[in-house]
This record gives sequence, C-alpha cells and structure tokens, in this order.
Amino acid sequence: MRIGIASGKGGTGKTTVATNLARVAAREEKRVVYLDCDVEEPNGQIFLEPEVKWRRPVTVPVPEVDEELCDLCGQCGDICGFSAIVPIGKKVLIFPQLCHSCGGCRLVCPLDAIAEIPREVATLTAGEVDGVEYFQGLLKIGEAMSPPVIRALKAVAPQAELVIVDAPPGTSCPVVEAVRGCDKVLLVTEPTPFGLHDLELALDTIGCLGIPCEVVINRAGLNGEATRELCRSRTVEIAAELPDRRSIAEAYSRGEMAVDVDPDFRDRFVALLHRIEDQP
Amino acid sequence: MKQIVIISGKGGTGKTSLVASFAALAGTSVLADCDVDAADLHLVVKPSPVSSHEFIGGKVAVIDGERCTDCGTCTDLCRFDAIAGESEERAVDSIACEGCGVCAWFCPGQAIDLVDAVEGEWYLSKTRFGPMVHARLNPAGENSGKLVSLLRAEARSIADTRKIDTVLIDGSPGIGCPVIASITGADLVLVVTEPTLSGLHDFERVIGLTRHFAIPSMVVVNKYDINEANTRRVEELATRLGTGVAGRVRFDPAVTEAQVEGAPLVEHSSNGAASDVVDVWKRVRWTLSEGGFVT
Repeated sequence: MRIGIASGKGGTGKTTVATNLARVAAREEKRVVYLDCDVEEPNGQIFLEPEVKWRRPVTVPVPEVDEELCDLCGQCGDICGFSAIVPIGKKVLIFPQLCHSCGGCRLVCPLDAIAEIPREVATLTAGEVDGVEYFQGLLKIGEAMSPPVIRALKAVAPQAELVIVDAPPGTSCPVVEAVRGCDKVLLVTEPTPFGLHDLELALDTIGCLGIPCEVVINRAGLNGEATRELCRSRTVEIAAELPDRRSIAEAYSRGEMAVDVDPDFRDRFVALLHRIEDQP
Repeated sequence: MKQIVIISGKGGTGKTSLVASFAALAGTSVLADCDVDAADLHLVVKPSPVSSHEFIGGKVAVIDGERCTDCGTCTDLCRFDAIAGESEERAVDSIACEGCGVCAWFCPGQAIDLVDAVEGEWYLSKTRFGPMVHARLNPAGENSGKLVSLLRAEARSIADTRKIDTVLIDGSPGIGCPVIASITGADLVLVVTEPTLSGLHDFERVIGLTRHFAIPSMVVVNKYDINEANTRRVEELATRLGTGVAGRVRFDPAVTEAQVEGAPLVEHSSNGAASDVVDVWKRVRWTLSEGGFVT
C-alpha cells in the first residue's frame, strides 16, 4: 500500500499524520518506508530523528555547448520552449535554471555540439529509525523546480508493505508529482474557513488524478460540521478526526510526536492504520 | 511605491490573516494574492470582480490520430513519461506534459501540435481596502511562478496608475518557483513563522532565499506563547542573519473567530493578537520609511 498525505492549505498537519502513522505501523512490525516529498521544507526528520545512512546529490541534465563544433545555426534556441538556451551574436547563452531538461537542444543539434552535463539541484538523504526506512529530498536554496527532486526521491525508495508519502502543500505540480502512483491519498484539513476552502481545491486536484481519497480532520473541535458536510456532499469519507489540544501543539513545537505523548492520539493513529490496511 | 511580501516557508503560520489585517490598517493598498495554489485572502477581503482573464500557463502537446503513424518516436523521446499507449490509444497525459515540444518537433508524420494550455483564471477586483488581483490555478495546474509574476506585474501597474503607494502580496509556502516569483524585486519580505522546531527550520531556509536574492527581510513570530524558548531562538537567528524583528503575535482564538466571521482580525477585535498585529504593522511601516536594512 502506497499512501499519500496531502492538503491544499499548508500547516494543517500533513507531517504530523505522516510521521505518527509511520511510527505506529513500525511498532506493529510492518515494513514501513517514509518519503518526505516536501522537498522545499522537509520537516519529517525533526520528529522521526532518523540515523542517516547515506546522502547523495540530485542532478538534472542541462546543456553544454562545444563552441569548437557549434556553427550558430540557432536550432537549439528554436526548439527550446523555456528560453533556457539562446544563441546571441557569436555565442550560445545557457540559463540552467530555466532548463526543464527535455533534451530537445541536444537532439536537434545537427553537429552534435551539445552535450548534457549534470547540475546539482538537491540532496537526497536516506536513514532509518525504529523500523522506519526514511528518505528525504532537500531542494537547494534558490532552485525553483521541485518536481525533478520528488521524482528522484521516489525512484530511490524501495517498495514496502506501507509506503507513506508526505506531500508538499498546494494543488499544483509538486503535489501532483508526489502523489502520482499512490493507491490512496489522505487529505489533512482543519475546520477553519481557509482549511475548508483549500480542502475543496485539494479534492478537485486529487480527483483529477483519479486517486481515491479520504479526509483527516486535524484540530477538530466545535466547528467541524462544515467540513463534515462538504465530505458528505462530495461522498468522501472521513478517515480520522484528531482533537484540538494545546498539549499536542506544545509537544509539536518541541519536535515530539503525538503518539508518544498522548495515549488517545496513539489509539487514533492505530485505528487509522488499521482502517487503511483493511481497505482493498 | 513599496511592495511588501508576506511569506512563511512553513505553511499555515498565519500569512493570510496578517495580510488581511494589514489591508485594513494600510488605508488604501493594492492587494495581490500570490498564493495561487490555495488562495484564501478573498474569503476575508471579499472582492467584487471587475474582470476575469484566462491564464495561459504554457503549451501542451496534442496528437492528431489521423496523421499519427504509430511509430512511437514521441513516446521514446518524452522525458516526462507523458505519452503512453499504442496506435489509436496513444495519447498525451496533459498533466505530465511539460510542453517542451520535443515530441512535436521530431514527429515524422507531423501529427503533434502544441497548443496553449489554460492553467487557470486571474481576476481584477475591487475591495473596500483597494484594488485586488488574484487567481485560481486549475486543479493540478502548472506554472504557478508565471502566474505569480503576471499578478505582480498587474498589481504594480495598478499602483502606478492609481498612485497607490503600497502593494501587499500574500505569498505561498515553500521556497520554490511561486515563492521566488513572489519576492523578486520586492522592497520587503515579512516572514511569518511559529515557535516550533518546524517553523524554525523552515524560517532558516526561507531567510536563505531572501539573502540569496538580496531582499530585505523581517520576521514576526505568530502564536509566540506556544513556546517562548523557540520564539527567542527564532529572533536570535533572525538577528544573526541580518533580519529585522517585526514583533510577536500571541496565540488568540480571536484569529480563527475573525476568519469564521470573514473579517480582518483588527476589525474583529482591538486587544489580544489584534493589538500585536497593529504593532507589527507600525514597525513594518517605520522600517520601510526609514530604510537602512542589512541584507
């Protein structure tokens, strides 16, 4: 089972759900893989504190022009849809950060004057903690594109009984890349007007991808009825509700996990795990 | 004209609530909701639409089955695994397609066209706090950075024409493409963080970004009383990195109550977190008028 943990709105509790779920599953002796796909701001390691096994760079291919061979025909500039390679005067300028690594310029060059060289954009980290195999991507500061990093992260992670994908917030390409290939997505929301509005957007996004999804209401309290009503009208089930407790917020602020500090939360996460496992 | 961007690194720290209050405190400003993935500012400032426009995010490949000879060149060349299937089934997955055009260029039967990809809509609206530009990216849409740049250009041009001296930009979480597009060329980035280890970690990365682009920055710690030791750590780190401290906002249920009511916090109440926000705004205004940042 490969399960994605996503949300439209940020800060609703994706990492809380993903890490706590990983921990309760590992305690039941399951083989668990946790992927922190929020490569812009990965926080899973703060809670899981894995022992690092290896680190390796993520590179993307970008063009390099051999000026000896280049006759400035200009076809590389013509094919590039992102203005990443631009012949100007007697030079070919390359803007690596605009490059989407499609390989078009190298293919189109009639003189084989273009090679592709690796450019480092991120670091992957693998680790292990209490039975959880941990993988993280970390985008370099100043880099714009996270989807290639998420792809690289997914490619190194092994299969397991339970693979937990901690997705970035939002509804656009990084989220899509993270949850693509998941058997199910849990959308974590909070019962506020912003949380509700962004849950609708997230339901549309996951719906577009055709992945079954369920909702987890975090910080659930008195005003959860609108969220429940939305789930009813969209025929989406609520997989869990996690109560709003200041003690949990304080534990979170110190990097402590809810299942370790509150037996009620532990029971709720065990129930959530069994619910996920019991469904086909 | 001063462009102030509110971002956070970590999501859910209170960016939009703060922007809505700033809008109420600023008198007249131009509002730009650049969190185009999950835009929420309109839920509080309640814009009335003036005009709406398609957002063309880029290109997407389309295969013409009539001309396709099923040679498979496109599938082989696509690095984004966006073309799958065989014979009549061969089709482009428009979500995976980057619009690079390699398939169209090399298709021997010229059976592939690149067409404009409509990735969302953007709006020009009126609010009681001033003009607003905002957008709705389509579900699973692409090129949010381009949309952010477009919104910011519109906001600047409105501010110029109408002689409005403040542009308030609500940014998105993270440090990637939409965030970079939100902050480039801004006069001040205000980072809203929370006193949690996650907030601290994400704050450090987002300040790395503002330093990378040499944009002046300040920090405000929201819900500071959840963990005062961590609040001090954020402020010490800020000082070490040359980021100004704009203040602290206490944890206050009135923030959510204001959201439920659909009003800026500073209109909903006048003490508690609302008075903290007023102080933060004063410090931001003062800093902008005095200048003198260390970046």
